[in-house]
Amino acid sequence: MAFAAFATTTAQADPAPRRRSRVAILLLLPGILYLVLFFLTPLVSLLITSFQAPAEFGDIGQYTYAFNWQNYVDVVTDYWPHIVRSFAFALAATVLALLFSYPLAYFIGVTARRWPLLQSLMLVLVIAPFFISFLLRTLAWKQLLSDESFVVTSLKAVSLLAPDAHLTGTPIAVIFGLTYNFIPFMTLPLYTTLERLDLRYLEAASDLYAHPFEVFRKVTIPLSMPGIVAGTLLTFIPAAGDYVNASRDFLGGPDSQMIGNVIEANFLVLLNYPAAAALSIILMSVILVIVGIYVKRAGTEELL
Amino acid sequence: MASGTFADSGADLELVGIQKRFPGFTAIEHLDLSIPAGSFFALLGPSGCGKTTTLRLVAGLEEPTAGSILIGGADVTQQKAFQRPVNTVFQSYALFPHMTVLENVAFGLRRRKIADPVGKAHEALRLVELDHLAARKPQQLSGGQQQRVALARAIVNKPALLLLDEPLGALDLKLRRQMQLELKTIQEEVGLTFLHVTHDQEEAMTMADTIAVMNKGRIEQMGAPELLYELPKTAFVANFLGQSNLFTGPVIGSTSTSITVDIAGHRVLVPADRAHRHAGEVTIGVRPEKMWLHRKAPVEAADRNVMGPGRVIDVSFSGVSTQYLVAVPYIGTLIVFAQNMAFGPVADVGDEVWLDWHVEHGFGLEDEPVPGAGPRFAADTDTRSIAAQRRESLVTELEEA
Repeated sequence: MAFAAFATTTAQADPAPRRRSRVAILLLLPGILYLVLFFLTPLVSLLITSFQAPAEFGDIGQYTYAFNWQNYVDVVTDYWPHIVRSFAFALAATVLALLFSYPLAYFIGVTARRWPLLQSLMLVLVIAPFFISFLLRTLAWKQLLSDESFVVTSLKAVSLLAPDAHLTGTPIAVIFGLTYNFIPFMTLPLYTTLERLDLRYLEAASDLYAHPFEVFRKVTIPLSMPGIVAGTLLTFIPAAGDYVNASRDFLGGPDSQMIGNVIEANFLVLLNYPAAAALSIILMSVILVIVGIYVKRAGTEELL
Repeated sequence: MASGTFADSGADLELVGIQKRFPGFTAIEHLDLSIPAGSFFALLGPSGCGKTTTLRLVAGLEEPTAGSILIGGADVTQQKAFQRPVNTVFQSYALFPHMTVLENVAFGLRRRKIADPVGKAHEALRLVELDHLAARKPQQLSGGQQQRVALARAIVNKPALLLLDEPLGALDLKLRRQMQLELKTIQEEVGLTFLHVTHDQEEAMTMADTIAVMNKGRIEQMGAPELLYELPKTAFVANFLGQSNLFTGPVIGSTSTSITVDIAGHRVLVPADRAHRHAGEVTIGVRPEKMWLHRKAPVEAADRNVMGPGRVIDVSFSGVSTQYLVAVPYIGTLIVFAQNMAFGPVADVGDEVWLDWHVEHGFGLEDEPVPGAGPRFAADTDTRSIAAQRRESLVTELEEA
């Protein structure tokens, strides 16, 4: 009798997961469809466009399907300074954002734990800029950093800036803008990790003869690594492809154009779709490679 | 502490006039404490009595509001935690989750730039029999193994003073017993000074040479476990370390060897050298296992105190012994532990019984009797004592198995 009972339960238990997996696929379908339609299709289309060749006897902006890999060679030879500059600016902005955000996130997540009201107030302040379009805020910075602005005249008055120097249109302004715009993306993931940081580990480290700096380097930093990785990725990836801050309409100048600006110009002004597509593919691939190496080195593969 | 060197031996610890206030409450009122080098000292008390705060003050994790802390004669009050020759085994173990077991143990050695940290860490892990797990991460170990790693991580530094913050709290009973023995052995082997904070009176008594019982931020009594158990000075100690039957009454006579106290009409003798107060209202007591249960009125004898008749109101069998609760009119409910020498209990609920004990087993407290408390032992039915009783019965069960 006991065996019979056992047999029926196993027989019944078997088909259940299969039915459940069919339901799971059904539930996944809208998501898969969405990804195919709005991610995979444009990606393939972009890849095809990047190999197109100018149409014979065609007008400007008319291209035919081809396997013109020369497009890639051309854009790299023409635009390699922009590519390098993009990643250099993004790296600088990421490092600056990290240096600014870490103490801030540490204060909100650790020091302010005793005062929950202060904690939530500061979090609101971090998120508050999102309530205004970042285009408007960047435009505002253009005014604040313009030649007649208080900032520039004061800097010139104390000889920190040469009399004929500008701030807008320089790499400094672009890096500043990138840093400013992406700081919340750095602060929030850092905050969520630091907020959960178990202070008993820090006490244990200081009990084991680690002075405050060593405690920070050997315990606090490694334990907040998930937040650092998430924050730097959320800052670096969009910053590398950003075309607003470096645009001449905003904080950039002719010598501070990034790859995003070049892609924009090729798509919308020069109508050189294959070049723009090739640059986009290059940008994507380089980011993927950099992120892959970084995550591997940081030892937080579970994030990918 | 100088880097690259170990402490030669345990150091003595001295707390002078320590006071610790937190916003809103005072954790420690005024604490003077001196722990000789090489001893195993237990700070025993209920939760919230200030014992963990005391330990954190010694470790340097808290700063005292007033007073000074001396380790080996040197004033360390102004030193930060990392400068003090002290290591702690934390209640939560606090093993670094991002490091292997080996790196956890080597952490303190590396910070002090001691030669061959890896070799010494392996040695410490061998001492706690966990060297084969050196490459694992702490979260891959069981609770007992983590506890031993935490111990290895502290003793590998050969601190002058090792602090133990209820490190056995999370272990099950069997492992606890085993670790208690191991700790005691290690302490004797390495000759360090151990300061052990615990709320478990049994643990404190089995392990420590000296126990200080703490209550409400003060030390109630300090001494060897036997002394504390045999001659408690206060009602708190009498009931926190084991159980006691306490009575209050006026002293009606005293000789050079004993005092006579009137307890609701019963004349009770207490040896003069075991009573702290010899006149006025006093509280005296006797341990439940020192009391004898009689079905008939015992013959009056000069060396025995008799109480009764009373009625048995509860009998609970716990293997080795049986606990009887006996209600004696005008005195209250008394506890008697009787060894199970025969089959079954000697008395049942509702039986009329008499109680007696040897005069030399009684003790007199130093406490001012609490007015209105009545001539009876303090009701001790909080969850802690219930848990302690439950655990005691488990211990006996385990020992029998």
